[in-house]
Amino acid sequence: MPATTPAPTIATEDLACTFQVRQGIFQPKRPLKAVNGVSISVNKGEVLGLVGESGCGKSTLAKMLLGIQKPTGGRILIDGEPLDGLDRKAVARRIQPIFQDPYSSLNPRKSISSIISLPLRVHGVGGPADWERQVKEMMDLCGLPQRAYDGYPNQLSGGQRQRVAIARALVMRPEVVICDEPTSALDVSVQSQILNLLLDLQKELGLTYVLISHNLAVVQHIATRVAVMYLGRIIEQADSETLFAAPRHPYTRALLDSVLTPEPGLGVPDAQLGATFPNPIDPPSGCTFHPRCPHAMPVCRQLAPRPLAAGGSMVECHLHDPEQATAA
Amino acid sequence: MSVVSNGLPTAQEIVGPTPGQRLRRRLFGHRGIVVGGSILGVIILMAVLAPLIAPHDPYEQILSARIKPPVWYERGTWEHILGTDQVGRDYLSRLIYGSQISLMIGFFAAALSGLIGTAMGVAAGYFGGRVDLVVTFLITCRLSLPVILVSLAVVAVIGGSLEVVILVLGLLLWDRYAVVMRAATLQVRSLDFVAAAQTVGCSTWHILVSEILPNVMNQLIVVATLEFAHAVLLEAALSFLGLGVQPPLPSWGLMIAEGRNYILFDPWLIAIPGVALFTLLLAVNLLGDGVRDVTAPENRG
Ligand SMILES: Nc1ncnc2c1ncn2[C@@H]1O[C@H](COP(=O)(O)OP(=O)(O)OP(=O)(O)O)[C@@H](O)[C@H]1O
Ligand code: SF4
Ligand SMILES: [Mg+2]
Repeated sequence: MPATTPAPTIATEDLACTFQVRQGIFQPKRPLKAVNGVSISVNKGEVLGLVGESGCGKSTLAKMLLGIQKPTGGRILIDGEPLDGLDRKAVARRIQPIFQDPYSSLNPRKSISSIISLPLRVHGVGGPADWERQVKEMMDLCGLPQRAYDGYPNQLSGGQRQRVAIARALVMRPEVVICDEPTSALDVSVQSQILNLLLDLQKELGLTYVLISHNLAVVQHIATRVAVMYLGRIIEQADSETLFAAPRHPYTRALLDSVLTPEPGLGVPDAQLGATFPNPIDPPSGCTFHPRCPHAMPVCRQLAPRPLAAGGSMVECHLHDPEQATAA
Repeated sequence: MSVVSNGLPTAQEIVGPTPGQRLRRRLFGHRGIVVGGSILGVIILMAVLAPLIAPHDPYEQILSARIKPPVWYERGTWEHILGTDQVGRDYLSRLIYGSQISLMIGFFAAALSGLIGTAMGVAAGYFGGRVDLVVTFLITCRLSLPVILVSLAVVAVIGGSLEVVILVLGLLLWDRYAVVMRAATLQVRSLDFVAAAQTVGCSTWHILVSEILPNVMNQLIVVATLEFAHAVLLEAALSFLGLGVQPPLPSWGLMIAEGRNYILFDPWLIAIPGVALFTLLLAVNLLGDGVRDVTAPENRG
């Protein structure tokens, strides 16, 4: 990267998070590498889509980016500054979350106005009159009726609740918004409304998004870059168009195949992945994808593939490694 | 395209009542709460207005008028509606003043143990890890102590009095608070609004007090009523054994104890404070059960 380009808005270097988990009362604790050496970088105004199966570590990565989960390795940079050098409030002003479940992300005992104004109050921005104006402005921007101002979450529909969560996240005008499956708890009919709202707000406020989803259609709709995660690692990263047009990693291909519209009558497409996601406490040797990979080679069992970066794309697979290709 | 344009259809939104209104509606629709609350209200009034409504001085002994039966007995008089005790004190007046003692013990012991237990339980549930281990260990230790024996021993050593009884019970009855608050906090803590508050930059104290506590309040109230009743009962037991509140204070437990020599010929000496005690406990338990019913998740609309 030439020295003149500004530092990415948010970046991670070899970020890792290992949990010590106990499987039984009398069993010793064992390490679970939920996130294992993730390096991503998102520039201002970009939307990074993060996809992967359940349990691959997406939410753990999101929590680390938000500063509510301590990494056990690597570091996070915001505009080039390390995150652990910043205090909680400084991070809060720059990065805000939108969670998956709007039924659990709003305190049922608080009124909508007090939920949305919480960031303003905590950071002591302006006075009560300011807060009311800003909250109402934000509600307007998020498509919430003004009547909801004194209401409570239980009076709102799921979609409206998610709008409240979005308003809360944006009221301090953060730079980065981490959306962890922002639509997967919502009715299908409401999902696209929320996605469009997120897109509009992004343009209007110049936001940078990290969008987590297991729904590739959602990611294709919004993301400018896509990172595919498998067992705690990013195994492929590319521009959205490139990735969807020419997926390189066998896992990405399988994911894409599984969402392509099947011919009528053929039933649900088979992802060719087999049923089981490997146990993250006991990951397979070599390439962690090899038990499910249709192209697995002998070397895949022994040697973990290295990241191969070229022209803004990255893939971790021996198939694309010239050294392995010649060896094979 | 403007951002505002994708508002939802607005037909059935914002029509529901606020949580406060709905709670009030359910509270007053619950028979247990209404009955228990009314009885408790009467007893509280009785305690507060004792100096005004008690017909006699509860300490004044009239030795010439000992063990006068209540008015519904043949020898009873309207002068002493509930009769007099073995040293000639007006039984109704003692009963009225006794409610002060029971309520005070119940309230302060429940409050003190509530403070201790809630702090421990919420801390254990929120912070987990080592804090949780320590709290769980303390709870286990506390549960292995028999309350009545420990309080008997303590009171026997340092002497019984109203303050000592409150203190001893307050320091002993926190286990249920801690267990329930720990479980409730554990559950609330995993909800996303707590994570949202963290990412907003709220202090831990702010999160505990304004995000967690309001959401475990129901359970807290239920346990508080249980412990209130528990403390009242234990005070009666201690006083009955002569190690609680000391005479001549008109504690209901003490009144039962003092009447026990007359159980065969003048059973009302025991029955009257016994019924009072029973009524108070019944009212508190009805109230607690009602609060639990009304706030149980399956009853929330
Ligand atoms: N606090 C924790 N303690 C122990 N293990 C954890 C903890 N949080 C997450 N894990 C484990 O880490 C792995 C990754 O979890 P994570 O929640 O990040 O997955 P995810 O990709 O978000 O999945 P989903 O799509 O289901 O939300 C899982 O195996 C999970 O069991
Ligand atoms: S490294 Fe081998 S096992 Fe892993 S994805 Fe590539 S081909 Fe498949
Ligand atoms: Mg997740």
